[in-house]
Amino acid sequence: MYRYDEFDQKIVDERVAQFRDQVRRRISGELTEDQFKPLRLMNGLYLQLHAYMLRVAIPYGTLSGRQMRMLAHVARKYDRGYGHFTTRQNIQYNWPALADAPDILLDLATVEMHAIQTSGNCIRNVTADHFAGVAADEVEDPRIIGEILRQWSTFHPEFSFLPRKFKIAITGSPRDRAAIRVHDIGIAIVRNAAGEVGYEFWVGGGQGRTPILAKKTRDFVAKRDLISYSEAVLRVYNELGRRDNIYKARIKIQVQEMGIEKFIAMVEEEWAQIRDSYLVLPEEEVRRIEAYFAPPAYESLPSVDPAFDAMRRDNRDFAAFVNTNVHAHKVPGYAVVSISLKPIGAPPGDASADQMDAVADIAERFSLDEIRVTHEQNLVLPNVRQSDLAAVWQELKRHGLATANIGLVSDIIACPGLDYCDLANARSIPVAQRISERFADLDRAHGIGELKIKISGCINACGHHHVGHIGILGVDKKGEEFYQITLGGSADENASIGDILGPAFAYDDVVDAVETVVKTYLGVRASEGETFLACYRRVGAAPFKESLYDAAH
Amino acid sequence: MPLIKAGALVADPWVGVDDGEPLPVDGPVIVSLARFHEEREQLLGRGEPLGLRLKSSEMPAQLGADIKHFALVALEFPSFRDGRGYSHARILRERLDFRGEIRAVGDVLRDQFQFMHRCGIDAFEVKDETALQGWLAALAELSVFYQVSSDGAPDVLSLRHRRNAAYFDSGI
Amino acid sequence: MSLKVLTANRLIDGAVVYLTDLGAWGEVLTRARVADTKEAGEAMLAMGREAIGFRLIVGAYLADVTRDPDGTLRPVKMREIIRARGPSVRADLGKQAEGRGLPA
Repeated sequence: MYRYDEFDQKIVDERVAQFRDQVRRRISGELTEDQFKPLRLMNGLYLQLHAYMLRVAIPYGTLSGRQMRMLAHVARKYDRGYGHFTTRQNIQYNWPALADAPDILLDLATVEMHAIQTSGNCIRNVTADHFAGVAADEVEDPRIIGEILRQWSTFHPEFSFLPRKFKIAITGSPRDRAAIRVHDIGIAIVRNAAGEVGYEFWVGGGQGRTPILAKKTRDFVAKRDLISYSEAVLRVYNELGRRDNIYKARIKIQVQEMGIEKFIAMVEEEWAQIRDSYLVLPEEEVRRIEAYFAPPAYESLPSVDPAFDAMRRDNRDFAAFVNTNVHAHKVPGYAVVSISLKPIGAPPGDASADQMDAVADIAERFSLDEIRVTHEQNLVLPNVRQSDLAAVWQELKRHGLATANIGLVSDIIACPGLDYCDLANARSIPVAQRISERFADLDRAHGIGELKIKISGCINACGHHHVGHIGILGVDKKGEEFYQITLGGSADENASIGDILGPAFAYDDVVDAVETVVKTYLGVRASEGETFLACYRRVGAAPFKESLYDAAH
Repeated sequence: MPLIKAGALVADPWVGVDDGEPLPVDGPVIVSLARFHEEREQLLGRGEPLGLRLKSSEMPAQLGADIKHFALVALEFPSFRDGRGYSHARILRERLDFRGEIRAVGDVLRDQFQFMHRCGIDAFEVKDETALQGWLAALAELSVFYQVSSDGAPDVLSLRHRRNAAYFDSGI
Repeated sequence: MSLKVLTANRLIDGAVVYLTDLGAWGEVLTRARVADTKEAGEAMLAMGREAIGFRLIVGAYLADVTRDPDGTLRPVKMREIIRARGPSVRADLGKQAEGRGLPA
């Protein structure tokens, strides 16, 4: 894992002091709310329905046990004993007081964490594959350039007042677990014909009001050019992105209106001017950061542990957990464990302070002190010995963290929605809770197979509904909550935007509608092996429309 | 309007002349890009320093060789949210090698001073004289930066390099 | 005109507050001052602007309410119901947990 040197630490420490002064100026009246708002947002502090909300960055989703314990401490000392993990590898606290925010940041800085640029019209927290460093098919660990880009984007003098927010995601594997096609910049680490590692750039993806998949702007950007190419993209966006209409200010609209060919030509022209400047990434710095992400000292273990195999054979619950929550590791004898933050009937992505402490303990004992946060609002223990899996499972179970539903119907992404969020039109969390209760029977869920349900409480799409296999969008119809259903979305390497099926459903009917969709799938799938998404792509919307809208008449 | 340069309030020798307003007989003036295009010969023939005021939608890269006629470029920030001026300032300094004054005008606020300064803006038109105190405080808030910037402040990479070099030089 | 109360978030901690009959900012909807004319609503908004100037609150606006026969005030919109109670998914949080939510 990356560790701050004295310069990284000084930047964060000075930022805490700067923010403390900004808060002081707000409370003393030197700053009006209009003046203060952009300043607090640049440090992730929102004002929501019930209170302020602080969004803390977890760069590229990697945490140590010590850092997780600090997140628990903040939840206990300054909040209401819990936190909410988000789709952008951040954690949100829902109840901090304005006056406490500087102290929270001071505490976070002691474990090399911050809330820098977790909101505002700047480059946001850089996200990455949550299996970084442990996936067998990985070209290179995406966290290396994640950290390089974090540093490059932090207080960038030119790109801190962009037309709109700017999100970057990185995958190091051909299998995209970072949803790069729905980011402003998506980077896939690739190897060229000469065997060199470089970056495939995708630009102009995003969800919100106008969902658009990113388009490829370059097959291969060499390592040395990572920063110069990124600056070229950002500069073309900063100078020419729309500033007249907030709904058209994201880079996706610029790319769409300008056309990808023209956009690429402009980026290339800009890049040619700065490519060989001081922006060349020095090899020495790449090596310095690479060293922090060198594989930990793995033991030489047999690829199969007999005790693990026996436990799996004899214990049905453990077998189910292994089936969904345990994934292959690149090193023999090790496994990757997903911790579901979607227990049946609970708010997706929430973890109590006690659970955070428990995860920290388990990670220190069993996962070489590493934890990951996923964009699907779960946690990951990336380095567990196969022989420890049973013990890890028992520990997780003790803390309500062993729900065996990763990738299944109840592993739902949901934004905070109208229960917390000032922008929301409808609630998301209770819809997720009711769906997961409806499909609480895990045998039934396993029978349904891989199914990603994603719920947003407004058109901003923080709950990624556009790329849900089943997407649910909450809308307000004359003061009533209604829910529009989309099908066939996906955020992986075969990304697609879901299709709107028809009129929205009332709050009381939306769970039935989802069940109808699931039952229709079970009726039309070609085999048990045909996933929901594959089936939808084969048969199209017609059978689902029919069962949802025609059957009633 | 008060003007801050190099950490002090300074007298402003420049006169901003609106489009359609007659040019003063002598003295340095700042004109819009449209006026420069229309009255180019007259403006260049005055024999006085010439300043150019750019809207945030006007890109300095398009000035090309004309940049040599100007001793000052004023970049408009119609709202602090409009960050085009940051790119414009860097293009002026780094691509057009502009050494004259770059002045921020418009919604020029304390919490943007440091970003502006780092992009090569060296003059700040502010609402009142009390802004100086804020300017001095703002520029002292952050002292270490990851990026190379146009104000010449050392960046983290060069600091790291320097530290490592010192480490090896000391023979440890 | 429908009945309105003036609501905002308190600057220091973001808590939901309502302008009360006494002209203070209270945390309980049931003691909020009620406007039943356009003029009364505008007068309350002016008090809100003043309180913003005094840095007590942020973002004051009028919200629709109804009044039960027994005088209990109830918000009309879901958003205001949730603000008056706390998150609908966590009965242990917010005003509802502090005994300051809406009557059942």
